[in-house]
Amino acid sequence: MRHLTYLALLAGCLLGTAPLELLLRTRVYPRWRRLLIALLPGFVVGVGWDAYAVASRQWSFDRRYLLGLSVAGLPVEEVLFFVVIPLCAVLTLEAVRRRRPNWSIGDEPAWPAPIEDEPADRTDQ
Amino acid sequence: MSYTALVLVAITAAAAVDLLVLRTFLLRRKAFWTAYAILGGFQLLVNGVLTGLRVVRYDPATITGLRIAYAPVEDLGFGFALILLTLCCWVAAGRQAGGGRGRPAGSRRRRP
Repeated sequence: MRHLTYLALLAGCLLGTAPLELLLRTRVYPRWRRLLIALLPGFVVGVGWDAYAVASRQWSFDRRYLLGLSVAGLPVEEVLFFVVIPLCAVLTLEAVRRRRPNWSIGDEPAWPAPIEDEPADRTDQ
Repeated sequence: MSYTALVLVAITAAAAVDLLVLRTFLLRRKAFWTAYAILGGFQLLVNGVLTGLRVVRYDPATITGLRIAYAPVEDLGFGFALILLTLCCWVAAGRQAGGGRGRPAGSRRRRP
């Protein structure tokens, strides 16, 4: 069971933020293309930094708490960290927006927005 | 470079992305700081477990040694930079696709 520690922690993050999607209707998961774009830079920089830090022995992982699978020289949990934590961040920001609709986050169109300017297909929005 | 130095570079770079590159200006927005306050709290919890159990161990030479809830203070900076970069990209990606949900702030509650 101890080998699942780190993985369980990540799963806990996803479970803990699930109510935001289900109850506050943050609608982040359905906007998966936008989500992928948002996660990619942090993922690339984060995994690269992490690999550098492990290679230069700035930090290391205790295998007793890990599945034992490696990706790019990192424990698979550590790679998943750079998906799960940014995802939780997006969910949290969208949850704040749902609770405080008047606080702009910067992706709102100028108002009043001409109807014609709205994209016809907003399934990814 | 030490972890401390890399974190300072990362925070500066993420702030530059926000204010100069993508110009999302999240650092000036209440919504961002509110979200970060929530995330920062949970980060201390998750980081605290990871470092408290010593799932992750740090070379003492690469950090200042200042710790909050077991985690090196550098981890907080790492998390901040990662969150800021991600949220800038999230906002910019929504903006480029036509802007949010095509509705002004304040009208969202009327959505079905």
